[in-house]
Amino acid sequence: MTTLTDPPKESFRLSQLIYDTRYRSLTIQVVAMFLLVLALSWLVSNTIQNLAALGKDFDFGFLTNVAGYDINQRLIEYDSTSTHGRAALVGILNTLLVAFLGCILATVIGVIAGVLRLSKNWIIARLMTVYVEGFRNVPLLLWIIVIFAVMTESTPSPRDFREGGSASMMLFDSIAVSNRGVYVPAPIWAEGSAIVVAVFLLSLVGIFLFRRFARARQEATGQILPVGWVALGLFFGPALIAFFLMGRPISLEYPELGGFNFTGGIQLRNSLIALWLALSLYTGAFIAENVRGGILAVSKGQTEAAFALGLRPNRTMSLVILPQALRVIIPPLISQYLNLTKNSSLAIAVGYMDVRSTLGGITINQTGRELEGMLLLGLFYLITSLVISGVMNIYNNSVKLKER
Amino acid sequence: MKKSVFLGALTVAGLAAGVAGAATLDDVKARGALNCGVTTGLVGFAAPDANGNWDGFDVGVCRAVAAAVLGDPMAVNFVPTTGQTRFTALASGEIDLLARNTTWTFSRDVDLKFEFVGINYYDGQGFMVPKSLGVSSAKELDGATVCIQTGTTTELNLADFFRVNNISYEPVPIETNAEAQQQYLAGACDVYTTDASGLAATRASFENPGDHVVLPEIISKEPLGPLVRHGDPEWGDIARWTLNALIAAEELGITSANIEELSAGTNNPEINRILGTEGELGAMLGLDAEWAKRAIMAGGNYGELFEKTIGENTPIGLARGLNAQWTDGGLLYTPPFR
Repeated sequence: MTTLTDPPKESFRLSQLIYDTRYRSLTIQVVAMFLLVLALSWLVSNTIQNLAALGKDFDFGFLTNVAGYDINQRLIEYDSTSTHGRAALVGILNTLLVAFLGCILATVIGVIAGVLRLSKNWIIARLMTVYVEGFRNVPLLLWIIVIFAVMTESTPSPRDFREGGSASMMLFDSIAVSNRGVYVPAPIWAEGSAIVVAVFLLSLVGIFLFRRFARARQEATGQILPVGWVALGLFFGPALIAFFLMGRPISLEYPELGGFNFTGGIQLRNSLIALWLALSLYTGAFIAENVRGGILAVSKGQTEAAFALGLRPNRTMSLVILPQALRVIIPPLISQYLNLTKNSSLAIAVGYMDVRSTLGGITINQTGRELEGMLLLGLFYLITSLVISGVMNIYNNSVKLKER
Repeated sequence: MKKSVFLGALTVAGLAAGVAGAATLDDVKARGALNCGVTTGLVGFAAPDANGNWDGFDVGVCRAVAAAVLGDPMAVNFVPTTGQTRFTALASGEIDLLARNTTWTFSRDVDLKFEFVGINYYDGQGFMVPKSLGVSSAKELDGATVCIQTGTTTELNLADFFRVNNISYEPVPIETNAEAQQQYLAGACDVYTTDASGLAATRASFENPGDHVVLPEIISKEPLGPLVRHGDPEWGDIARWTLNALIAAEELGITSANIEELSAGTNNPEINRILGTEGELGAMLGLDAEWAKRAIMAGGNYGELFEKTIGENTPIGLARGLNAQWTDGGLLYTPPFR
């Protein structure tokens, strides 16, 4: 009678897949994956089947066909004989334009409103609260339409600018604010203007280098150089000198009333301005809250320490508080930029020809390629969002708390 | 073996889906209401009145089809669509019939896979300007700002017209007729262009219609008609012959006033066939014998519908013009009911 036996042989039973913790998680993952693939393949086959039932195919060839429609705001050459692909490109550029302008203005508005909302001045702080709550809690589409309606209804039409009309141009007859947009002078680049521009760009580099030099010197010796004045001088000086040396190659083309509309100059269409303002004000309200949260996240002791060192409130904010607040502000700011970019697809409400209106609107309507168009549109917004968050993540890494 | 069973099941499922999708008539009957796509509001063609009841020329087509199929002209769910959303709504099956002054074109018929069932209004694209502009011809519109509904044929015609005449313009795209009206009246555009009938209807709703003129140029052919999806010819036939019945009724003198009297039997065999007292036309469509009678009673014959909604005695004041019967020098000519 032996009590000693061989250890039981490891045998694998099917039930172990569920009851044995060593295998369970793997089983669940495999089943989940299988179901996911099944659902996806059902979606795809369903789409193919329905397309076949409608007698439609899946083809991106329509992008090379003639579009046949006109677009009012185009940053690249385009007319009604161009292709649908080019029309989509015009729309993409328009989307990127309004998103870019919007992100900048929204940041400016958001930072100012966020800081002012913490102001000790009761009226300013309350005003900012009204702004933030007003814009945050009303749908964006309403703001876009309201701003657009105010701009078209309250501004004079071009024919009021005629002799004896009720409206007149501003700033020495150079800017006209009409219900079709704001007309501003356009620069005309004559021969030699490239040199002026090059000089200007070089002086920008100079400003940057001087600032670095001044900072290094301050850190080394404690002496403060007059950065502001030198930068101002560098900004205007060399470019102006080059401008006159080259015989004034850059001139301005003023908008003039001709026929039905103003001609010449640059037209900032009401649709662009309304969309830009609405997106910026709306997103700015959210950014203001991020900024306020970021500032409040910096301990009060920091402010008191800065004051004890004799720093003025302005410098305390810009040198002590904001740099520390940035690491809290940036990550939610990225989402706000993405929101703004995606929200710009509401452009059609005011007739702004963004990519949703060209590719996702007229092109789809004329060619009947809903699936292809929407997939392309989704792909565009996906790539744009990924690029924006990629760039912002790089910036975030540069400002985040450095553990030493 | 197992695999083939699976594939077989798939095929059967696919076929069943295809069949279910094709029989629009059964879907409509089962639902008890016709889903009809109309404009978001164009007075005279399709607009809700003060009580929320849709009324208008295109609405009349929807009601006639509902009356023919379901026996009740009020059994219609009106789905307002914009120039951009209408085709997707029809292709996806959200609506059974689109009656939204839609132009019959080759690419819409062939490439977009729709079936135009006829023409209920022969139209053309025109321009409307304020009288104060002093413009008398569309060719004087160089540099003008033009309001245009996106996703329409007028958008393409406009581009062609200005390119051919080598003059420039600034398009202001808008989504619905109401927005266009607001923009135009605010002076944000000099010109509003759409189908001439739409211009007349829009102008009729202005406070001072006399301050605006429609320019003489008609720059395109715009045959407007109701349409259905490809792939269900039976449903297309029902819509087509309902429209034809309205037109034929006017030609043959069947009106909502005398239809009861005529349906007792006449000595004109075509009237008898339309009204179902002779022949089997209704059964051939899969409907009962009195389908056309109900369609005509819904809003009257084509002429009555026209006069009631957009004719000369309405604020819109459109003349019959091309839309008169062929016997009166117009283009309306329905194939015989035989």
